[in-house]
Amino acid sequence: MMTRRKFLIGGATTAGALIVGYGLWPSRRLARADRLAAKSGERFVANWIKIANDDTITVVVPHCDMGTGIFTSLSQMAADELDADWAKVRAETAPSDPLFANGPMAEGFGLEEAKLSDHSIPGFLRGMAGNSFRVIAEYMDLQTTGGSAAVRMTGVYGMRIAGASAREMLVKAAAARLNAPVEAFRTEMSRVNHLPSGKSFGYGELAAEAARYSPSSHPKLKARSAYQLVGRPVPRFDIPAKVRGATLYGIDTQLPNLCYGAIRISPVFGGKLVSVSEAAVAENRGVKKVVKLDNAVVVVADRFWRAHKAVDTLEPVFDHGGNADVSSKTIRDRHLAALNQAKLKQELSTGSGAEALKGGTLVERIYNVPYLAHAPMEPVNATALYKNDGTLEVWAGTQDGLGSRVFCAKAAGIDLGKVTFHLAPSGGAFGRRLPDQWNFLTYAVRTAMAVPEVPVKLIFTREQDMQHDFYRPNITSRFRAALTNDGLPLAWVNDYTTDDDPNTEAHIFYAVPNQAYRAAKVTTHVPTGPWRSVEASWHGFFVESFLDELAHEAKRDPLEYRRALLADKPRHLATLNLAADKAGWGTPLPPAGGRGIAMVECFGTIVADVAEVEITDDDTVRVLRFTRAADCGRAVNPDGFRAQMESGIIFGLSAALYGEITLDRGAVVEQNFPDYEVVRLAQCPEIEVHIHESDAPLGGAGEPGVPPVAPALTNAIFAAAGVRIRELPVMNHALRKAARSG
Amino acid sequence: MGVHLQVNGVVHDLDVEPDAPLLWVLRDELNLTGTKFGCGIAACGACTVHVNGKAVRSCTVPVGSVAGAEITTIEGLGAGGLNPVQQAWIDHQVPQCGYCQPGMIMAVSAFLAVNPAPTDAELAAAITNICRCGTLPRIRAAVRTLAASKGRGTP
Repeated sequence: MMTRRKFLIGGATTAGALIVGYGLWPSRRLARADRLAAKSGERFVANWIKIANDDTITVVVPHCDMGTGIFTSLSQMAADELDADWAKVRAETAPSDPLFANGPMAEGFGLEEAKLSDHSIPGFLRGMAGNSFRVIAEYMDLQTTGGSAAVRMTGVYGMRIAGASAREMLVKAAAARLNAPVEAFRTEMSRVNHLPSGKSFGYGELAAEAARYSPSSHPKLKARSAYQLVGRPVPRFDIPAKVRGATLYGIDTQLPNLCYGAIRISPVFGGKLVSVSEAAVAENRGVKKVVKLDNAVVVVADRFWRAHKAVDTLEPVFDHGGNADVSSKTIRDRHLAALNQAKLKQELSTGSGAEALKGGTLVERIYNVPYLAHAPMEPVNATALYKNDGTLEVWAGTQDGLGSRVFCAKAAGIDLGKVTFHLAPSGGAFGRRLPDQWNFLTYAVRTAMAVPEVPVKLIFTREQDMQHDFYRPNITSRFRAALTNDGLPLAWVNDYTTDDDPNTEAHIFYAVPNQAYRAAKVTTHVPTGPWRSVEASWHGFFVESFLDELAHEAKRDPLEYRRALLADKPRHLATLNLAADKAGWGTPLPPAGGRGIAMVECFGTIVADVAEVEITDDDTVRVLRFTRAADCGRAVNPDGFRAQMESGIIFGLSAALYGEITLDRGAVVEQNFPDYEVVRLAQCPEIEVHIHESDAPLGGAGEPGVPPVAPALTNAIFAAAGVRIRELPVMNHALRKAARSG
Repeated sequence: MGVHLQVNGVVHDLDVEPDAPLLWVLRDELNLTGTKFGCGIAACGACTVHVNGKAVRSCTVPVGSVAGAEITTIEGLGAGGLNPVQQAWIDHQVPQCGYCQPGMIMAVSAFLAVNPAPTDAELAAAITNICRCGTLPRIRAAVRTLAASKGRGTP
């Protein structure tokens, strides 16, 4: 059974390349969409696409803007099929309404999970299949931004179809005007041209008539060679406002008579508020109310600094919920014990599985990754207004507007129809603002209900944000391999812990004839959740570290060793070779330098990295260069894709070098950035990104850039210093210079 | 009690406690939300503004201590047309989520006013702002372009 989490963010396999066809809206739904989201002079012509009288085309995106550039790339996909004039294309956020639930995303993940392509669905059922996914999306309140799904799901299964269908409808409208066959028309630059007569109509003047036609769920799509916008590095829509400081994030919500909430949550997860004395702040200027919640206390004041100062003065008493003895050490011991229990759940076995370990030289290693916080630059926050008439209005940046609205209705215990949710851009998210991690919405709604008619902006301080996250889990992984005489693995056996279902991300693409995977679920009182690249963030480190160790055991070059195991994987091999060639693999290095290589495939994209490091005189590592090759099939916006690849390197490096959330007496120790350090300009390596184009289905961009970073780095450290890092982060390890430097 | 504050060329007479952080006075009293809250302890730089031309992390500056000073926020920096740093940020497509960028742009613009053609090392030593999206390589590239326009290479 697929869990909601798996559905929303999981899945390492690639979806079928082809299109089932999305259930497009009939005209009565277009009219509803017009009422919800069309301004004067605009009308919806197909799902997600509005055309205005002045020919402006607005792509309505069922995602949040959390910085990855998808509003631009999705618009490119729709506008290309529509033959639109790019200068007149805009994008905006879809309303948090079921009408705008993201059916294409449901379709993409549904096909991926079922390992289907449209070849497996009979033609007469395809329209119905598309409609089913729309219904599923509505049922699941799906408007999620995650799983690197925007381009490869919403774009492939939604925007292209909508754009192409709208184009066909515009042509039909022109054909009706001239009473001419549709074959006599061509579309170009937002105009429908009648070739025989030379007559020409702008999209704006045809939109109303076009919207009356039934959209085709199987419009004719362009061949890849005919793309004009897809594949072009067009500038992002959102950047000019961002450099002017004009973008309004959730935290920037302004309302008349706005008040502010500052919160103090039980430091120990699971702890409850026992008591708090309000007397200390009762006389404070601006303080309106001290709101006591189940496991937190909130001060509402007329200004944030007054609320913050007051909550710092309070001395709330919390209990420990029975978790006072939990520490990082006890958690790690539990993970190790879970791997040593007699019966682990067999997840997958190929060939002779673990039996084949008897057939060669045994190598065994154990690895661990720590908890990590997301730490987006905009601390989590939400603004809520609960009125005496029983309505609730909420403003926040989350990774699912419709899901947030439903969540807020449940948190308030009121009907969905009484809740309005305004989705704002997010100042970073990385998984923190995904469903099931909305403690900030819960607290904001409960606080607002305690002060009816008063809009309250509840802001987590950085300390509260860092100590009440849903963390990338601590995970332990043990490998055993049997090497043959030529040093290649005959058997690959991987036992790992998980906070959720077994992870397909553990499965290797290297040619090892006998493989076995066993999973042990370990849950603790520490809340966990998806963190950029999710399961691949840890299995990428584990697999690529162990493979590197096997190469060194076999006394073979790590690049050559990987090549030997990729003979039947041309796309992987080409990506690996591109990274190695561009990095100058094998060329001389300074005495204290080293190179490491790693490659991970996830979310439909293959990424290979070569890291180049040197060990400095004070025995720390300096990361000099990352050379990256990536194959996402084709990049819709190559510059945007590069930006995500660069982003993944910095995000991955911060985690690999410094990232660690530790537990002591049941609570998180780290409070703010000095305790949770990240890469800044002084640590930023030179970065090169090389795109390897292939005919593979479009892959993701946001997440696949993270997983290979840590193993490329630690493999490079081993090459430079002879120190093998099996537990992240790197900063916890003493790096002695290798003998060859002396 | 009251604080005279000059922000982006406008003088405000504010009824606020002198120990209120400048960041929150800008945001909540003056509705200048381009200046961002990131850490509250001057560790990340998202709240950077100019005080008499110098970059200052406003989250730990008591508003009373800058009464009478000339304060410039991101809204003021580009008021008369985009500042060259803002333009370079567009040319290099720097921002991703964009939340740290007002602070980053304020920090870089103050730094370049003193050192118009810095080396990479000088830049890295001066600009310690955090960007979680990892736009750092593009920030460096944008500053290299600005430095080159001032006639100096970037070893």
